[in-house]
Amino acid sequence: MKIIHTEPGIPVETEKETKMGMLPLNVDKIKKDFPILSRQINGESLVYLDNAATTQKPQVVIDALVSYYARHNANIHRGLHTLAEEATSAYEAVRDKVAEFIGGVRREEVIFTRNTTEAINMVAQSWGRKNVKQGDRIVITQMEHHANLVPWLILARETGAELEYIKIDGEGYLNLDNIAEIINAKTKIVALTHMSNVLGTINPVEDIINLAHRRGAVCLVDGAQSTPHLPVNIAGMNPDFFAFSGHKMLGPTGVGVLYAKEEHLKNMEPVQYGGEMISEVRYDNVNWAELPWKFEAGTPNIADVIAFGPALDYLTEIGMNNIRNHEMELTRYALRRLGELGFVKLYGPRDTRRRGSAVSFADPDIHPHDLAQFLDSRGIAVRAGHHCAQPLTRSLGVNSTVRASTYIYNSREDVDRLITALAEARRYFLK
Amino acid sequence: MSGKLDEMYRDIIMEHYRFPRGTKNIRNPDLVSEGQNPACGDEIEIKVKMNHDKVQNVLVHCAGCAISVASGSMLAEIVEGKSLDEIKKIAGIVRALLKGEEISEDIDLGDLEALKGVRKFPVRIKCALLSWTTLVDAIEAREHGQITKTSTTE
Repeated sequence: MKIIHTEPGIPVETEKETKMGMLPLNVDKIKKDFPILSRQINGESLVYLDNAATTQKPQVVIDALVSYYARHNANIHRGLHTLAEEATSAYEAVRDKVAEFIGGVRREEVIFTRNTTEAINMVAQSWGRKNVKQGDRIVITQMEHHANLVPWLILARETGAELEYIKIDGEGYLNLDNIAEIINAKTKIVALTHMSNVLGTINPVEDIINLAHRRGAVCLVDGAQSTPHLPVNIAGMNPDFFAFSGHKMLGPTGVGVLYAKEEHLKNMEPVQYGGEMISEVRYDNVNWAELPWKFEAGTPNIADVIAFGPALDYLTEIGMNNIRNHEMELTRYALRRLGELGFVKLYGPRDTRRRGSAVSFADPDIHPHDLAQFLDSRGIAVRAGHHCAQPLTRSLGVNSTVRASTYIYNSREDVDRLITALAEARRYFLK
Repeated sequence: MSGKLDEMYRDIIMEHYRFPRGTKNIRNPDLVSEGQNPACGDEIEIKVKMNHDKVQNVLVHCAGCAISVASGSMLAEIVEGKSLDEIKKIAGIVRALLKGEEISEDIDLGDLEALKGVRKFPVRIKCALLSWTTLVDAIEAREHGQITKTSTTE
């Protein structure tokens, strides 16, 4: 495979930037809503650029968590007392909010999980074991996070199905030249990421879903990186399964979502058995609960689901289109400034219309871990490593990269701080 | 601002990083071992040539950060002329040093002493241990009759 990078010193070409200082979001105002952003780290004000890993939480989300435990805590669905009713309706109201947020799906099709990983595993284990047989094909891409790679690798191994990869080209896009041969008549499921957590690439999921459907296959989209950053419309996209995580979009950790078409959910076996997911149990028989509860065994993560509600409200209030525009602008700026440094190797697409805000790069003379450690000493939080996409990172010809990923509270000044510190790191390590 | 950072990236460490020891290849090694740090994907290869029961030469090939390369370089320097049991003992001392545990043995650690600064960065302890874990695993595998060993710092 070709190595995706520009040689240091070659200027990065991007579309024309809008005038300086014209970011679509009022970052100063937004920052005030996030208490952690006023923290000092190693004597410097925090610049948080690890949003692809998890985002920070606004005060409204923190308040919702505290308020739930202080005023409404009870187990849901069974209790007949006031607290149980309050907790149940608050929990179920967030399911409606989620359904609305992803473009107005049916609430029966929204299942709460722990995270994206659990959502994808549910599909692999329940839908996969039932529908994938020896000789069938599973198609994924070379840019998948381990969460959307390992479950399919194991399913292929268990069933004797073949696992086929859609390759990536030198710029970090999927190579769709021979896609019609890859997604063939034997293909049962195509699972791919909407947006790469390493390269930032936005994949043309609609086209791939269409092709998969014409071949009689179903399609799962890993929306962990896309849902926080751009408008998602399930009806327009038409995936069979769509998974994402609340904590990457201002919500608490421990809340993931699996959207699945009702026709699939009806035919799928539950992955876990126990309370909450049954309608009737006898000593010798059991009937499953209605959708979506059939897939939510045991006491769910009530508090965190409830506190995910205000996170969705917060994003909706700002507007997902505005967020997307803000990030395109900021990413364009970051790519330009990183390119101008002259010594930084950039990975992934340059066209901000076809990429998100996670930017992977490396200084060829400083190991990513050492660089991230140095940036931390300057109050700047980035990620270094293989970003849970080891085969992809290896295909770039390295073991690890540095990744800076922005969100709604990041400004051009944050990018400037990163740029200054990167130059400083060379003076520190290469003196 | 850089105080804590300087504690880790001491001059001795940076010197080992820039000019690592034990880079000369070894023919017909008696011990071959590969290790990986799963946190970052960094890889290391160690080859050892024995002369009777002592280490004659060692090759440490580490594609890693400053800490893992420097620690591997120090390993290469200190293990020559030592027996495998002595090396295991030193590895135990390095581990104790990095974890801030008390070291009962009275031993001159030489450059290894400089690894103390890594203590303040718990995530990086794995980097400093990579070469040591890899070599000790290989020694133990040899004791069980294997020649090649692949290990991780998990």
